[in-house]
This record gives sequence, structure tokens and C-alpha cells, in this order.
Amino acid sequence: MARIELDHIRHAYGPNPKSDADYALKEVHHTWEDGGAYALLGPSGCGKTTLLNIISGLIHPSHGQILFNGQDVTDLSTQERNIAQVFQFPVIYDTMTVYDNLAFPLRNRGVAEADVDRKVRETLEMIDLADWVNKKARGLTADQKQKISLGRGLVRSDVNAILFDEPLTVIDPHMKWILRSQLKELHRRFGFTMVYVTHDQTEALTFAQKVVVMYEGEIVQIGTPSELFERPKHTFVGYFIGSPGMNVVPVEIEGKQARFGGQTVDLPGAPDMPAAKGRMELGIRPEYVRLGREGMPVSIAKVEDIGRHKIVRTQLEGQEIAVILAEDEDVPADPHIVFDTKGINVYADSWRVAWGG
Amino acid sequence: MDKTWNNKAWFMVLPVLLLVAFSAVIPLMTVVNYSVQDTFGNNQFFWAGTEWYQEMLHSERFHTALLRNLLFSFTILAIEVPLGILIALNMPRKGWGVPVCLVLMALPLLIPWNVVGTIWQVFGRVDIGLLGRTLSQLGIHYNYVQNPLHAWITVIVMDVWHWTSLVVLLCYAGLVSIPDAFYQAAKIDGASRWAIFRYIQLPKMNRVLLIAVLLRFMDSFMIYTEPFVVTGGGPGNSTTFLSIDLVKMAVGQFDLGPAAAMSIIYFLIILALSWVFYTVMTSYDAER
Ligand SMILES: Nc1ncnc2c1ncn2[C@@H]1O[C@H](COP(=O)(O)OP(=O)(O)OP(=O)(O)O)[C@@H](O)[C@H]1O
Ligand SMILES: [Mg+2]
Repeated sequence: MARIELDHIRHAYGPNPKSDADYALKEVHHTWEDGGAYALLGPSGCGKTTLLNIISGLIHPSHGQILFNGQDVTDLSTQERNIAQVFQFPVIYDTMTVYDNLAFPLRNRGVAEADVDRKVRETLEMIDLADWVNKKARGLTADQKQKISLGRGLVRSDVNAILFDEPLTVIDPHMKWILRSQLKELHRRFGFTMVYVTHDQTEALTFAQKVVVMYEGEIVQIGTPSELFERPKHTFVGYFIGSPGMNVVPVEIEGKQARFGGQTVDLPGAPDMPAAKGRMELGIRPEYVRLGREGMPVSIAKVEDIGRHKIVRTQLEGQEIAVILAEDEDVPADPHIVFDTKGINVYADSWRVAWGG
Repeated sequence: MDKTWNNKAWFMVLPVLLLVAFSAVIPLMTVVNYSVQDTFGNNQFFWAGTEWYQEMLHSERFHTALLRNLLFSFTILAIEVPLGILIALNMPRKGWGVPVCLVLMALPLLIPWNVVGTIWQVFGRVDIGLLGRTLSQLGIHYNYVQNPLHAWITVIVMDVWHWTSLVVLLCYAGLVSIPDAFYQAAKIDGASRWAIFRYIQLPKMNRVLLIAVLLRFMDSFMIYTEPFVVTGGGPGNSTTFLSIDLVKMAVGQFDLGPAAAMSIIYFLIILALSWVFYTVMTSYDAER
């Protein structure tokens, strides 16, 4: 178990990186606290796998240092770092039985056979493959293979951290839920540092204490699920978290007011404007937009009924604004919308600006 | 699900059938024809029944040639397969080394059989050959013309030189098809070099190795040109393999009947052994 510090890590796959665009990881400077459960969230190609491989030592970063409990491990091998990793693409050893697959990481480290047996059976129980012990891994279904791959990451209890790279993609929702609870339970029992990569925001938000959002090779925000929801630091986080994502409207800022088209919106305070005034935007989540008979007049483009609630796509001054409406509410005949002040965030060049005095 | 039957497909394979008929079936039938008849020249043939077959199966000469050939085939397999795997494992996976290695490996395969024979025939000569001269200068009495052991060594080394590349290329093809993720997982799991070979690389090479063993076995069992050019089957009969013996009988002595019977038996042996190899290796594969 370890506290993992990433000290100004940059990584490029090509030999001679010149511009920022050549870097798969632009600059990651972050500490994973000992025993923390983190979810790593981000779109395809943003560098999640690269980051995990750097932590586990499969990739040597182009720049920067990695420290485990304050000790520099940048030049140590994967084996010396003692990390478990579950890969995005499930790897199983075809010619071995299910049992031997799970025993493999233990036997390679010279664990006594009695302990191997105990750990393997325990893990098989956990991933619900106890009945498959002596089956060859070759003939198994995709979800069973993924479970084995997951199991191999979980058998060792002495690891510094466990890294999961989208470990449950082909597992059905119910089993996914069970396995996720198992992981949480395991985390509670052993206190591993865990990093869990996923595309799925519900998965991230239910698994983790802290969610790390990456975008184009950078960490854009780290926070609790509610921080990500209420105060997205970057418009990307606003779009990415929540369903539907945050509404973002280009605006002009004047003191405590924002203007766009013919409309004026009151802000909770005067934003701390950056020195070089960039592109200003106002962000508001659909949950904070009220649809009624007062406020700014809108036209209705579309209503999607998704069961629990309705998503109303409205048009305001040529901008699409999504609104969430309770299942039993109806769209009024002459629709207007109001922005709830506490749900408003202001962005300069996509980054959130704080409220000044 | 309904299958659509289209009998036009048969017309498509007709050319291939004709080709196979002319290139394989018809020549084979003429051999069968010879094998059951006797002739005293003048194109006059007499029915001989299974006489030649019986004679062949009891022939001391045939037995020794067969044993000799089996020994040869197993020796070169025992050398070429492990050596080929070893070389393939050590070939680079990326960078400029890849094309260089591939070309170097392919070179021996591109040289015609009789040229390979000639190269080694000259190379090993004690009077002018680089190898022969060097060895005798080092005080080793190497002479493949007179010493049967030396002749064998020469023929085996020549075959290894000529054909190990085939095993290498096939194994290499198997190796490069292994996704990186497997090696990464092996690192995480703390696998040793041997464990990586045993549980990741070998299973992936299984199929191609089967092909390599079959090809090399059939080929070496039918070997003719190279040993014939180097040793002519000698000294004595020590390197007279089956096909060399067959040609001696058919062309040298013009014993068409026995030679034809021998061809058929020879053919059946290759077929049977290849089948055995195939079954053993695939069933081993399935069981694992
Ligand atoms: N082995 C490699 N060689 C060259 N470029 C690579 C390699 N692996 C990844 N990249 C590039 O680095 C960037 C980050 O890739 P990475 O695999 O870390 O993304 P990811 O966030 O894991 O995406 P996904 O969600 O699709 O798995 C991508 O632009 C990708 O094309
Ligand atoms: Mg990835």
C-alpha cells in the first residue's frame, strides 16, 4: 500500500516530441493518497491507459518522476513496484485452467502453495467462478475471461496499488453491480490504493471517493462527485458529467450580469475576470433551469421522455438549452425559462472563474 | 437459416480438378500401372500382381534406406525446430532490424536446391573448399568423400543451413501476432522469461510449428538433390536416402516395376507419417 506521487509527468510515444500535441500526457502532477479509491474518467484517447502504464512501470515517462511513499521509483521495473493491473483488453493464459490463471501471479512470486490455494479459492468465490476451477481458460465466454483477468488483479493482497483499466466492459449490468460492491468491500478490508478507469460516469461516481477527470492528456479536475456536478472546473467536465451535460452559452460579462442576445442574467457575484479577457461562457446544468410562464421566452425543439423525467430541448436566442422536467410536469403553452442563480458558473477560455467580492 | 445452393460453383473448380488430374492423379496412375507389371523392354508388359510389392517390403536395401532416411529426418527436425524457435525469439520486433533479419533469413530459402548442393560440395572440399581447407589446417581430418560420419554431418549441416529459416519465419509470424497486452500482463504477474515462453509464446506458435514440422518432415523425407550433388549417396551407400535409392533403381538399373512399387510404398509412408504427426499435434493442442 502506498501513496503515489506523480511529479510533473509528461509522456510522448514518438521519439522527438516538439509541440504539446505530440504528448499523449501533457503534464500530470498529482498525488494518489494511500488507500484512496479513485475513478479516472475521460473520453477515448485522453491518456488514461498511458497514465496507468506509467504508474505500473510498463512505460517509462519522457519527463517527470514517480514516487511511492516518497521514494523515487521512476527507474524501477514493474515487478519491483509490486502493482496489480487489470487490462482494458482482458488477458488470459489460454492453456492454463481457470485456477492456474489466478494462481500464476502468486506462484511467480514464490508464495507457498497452501496460501496460493486459499487466496485463489477466495478470489474465485468473489468473481463468481468457483464452479469453473478446473476448466481450461480457452473455451470461456468473453465475460468469464474478463472476470479471470480481474481476478488475477485481485489475488495478491500485498500490492502497492491496484489499477483497473475498464475492467467490466462486457459484464452484464447486474453482475457489474455485484462485482463493484465486491471491489468496494475489498478496498474496505485491505485499504489498497485503487485507480479505476472507466468511460461510464455512473460507474465512476458510485465506485470512487474522488473522481479524476482527464481531457486531452491533462487532468482537468479532481473532486468528489458533487463537486464535479456543481462546480465543473472546465466546460468539458460540464459536458462530460451529467446527462444531459451542462448547457454552455457564450456571454458578455458586465459586473454582476451576463448578457447574450437580448437577454440579461443575474450572476451570484461578479466574476474574477482574468487579465486578458478571453472567450466568456456561462454554464448551467439542465437541473437548474426552470421551465414556466415567466423569464426568458423560448421555443421548444424536442421533448424526450426517458422514464424518470423528461428532457426538454429548448431554443433561446438561437442557443439550445436543455431543461429537465419532472415526469408529471407538462410543457406550458407559452414557455419561458429561468436560470437558478446557484447553478450558474462562468468560464473564461473554457476554465471556470471564481466569484470575486 | 436457408442455404442457397449454387451448382455453378462446380464449374469454377473444374480447372483446378483438371490441373490436379494432369499433375498428380494421372502420373500416379501410371506409376501404379508400372508397379503391377513386368517388362523386358520393347514396350511389352506382363501382369505381375503384388510381386514387386512383396519383394520391396522384404528388401534389405529398402529397409536400410528407410531407416537411414528416418534417422535423417528426425535429426534435422530435432535441430531445426528448437534452433528456429530460438532464432525467432531473438529477432527484433520493430525498427530497421526487422527487414534486415527477414531478408537474411529468406536468402537460403531462395537458393535452388542443386545450387545449395554445389555450394556445400565446394565449401567442404579438402583441396579447395573454405571449410575443408580450414578444418584440415586446424588438424581435423575432415573428408566427406571418404568418411561416412563426415558425409552425414555435412548433409545435416547443409539442411540446417538451408531450411532453419523456414521454421524461423513461421515462428516469427506466430510471435508478432501476440498483442502487447500479453507481455504487459506477464510483467504485472511477475512471469519469468521461461514462463512467458511456455504460457504465452509457445501456445501462440503451436499452429505454425505444426505446419513447420509437417513441411520439414515431408521435405526431408523426400530429400534428393542436395545430398545427391554433395555426396552422390556415398561414401558407399551411407547417404543413399530413399529417393536417391529410388532413382538409382529406376533410372540406373531400369527396374521399373520394383521402382514403381517402391514409389507407392514411399508415398504411403509419407502420407501415414504426416497423418500421425498431424493427429498427435492437433490432439495435443485440443487437449490443452
Ligand atoms: N503504443 C502507442 N504508440 C503510440 N501512440 C499511442 C500508443 N498508445 C497510445 N497512444 C496514443 O496516446 C494517446 C492516449 O492513449 P491512451 O491509450 O492512453 O488513451 P485512453 O484514454 O486509454 O483511451 P481509451 O479510452 O480509448 O482506452 C492516444 O492519442 C493514442 O493514440
Ligand atoms: Mg485505454
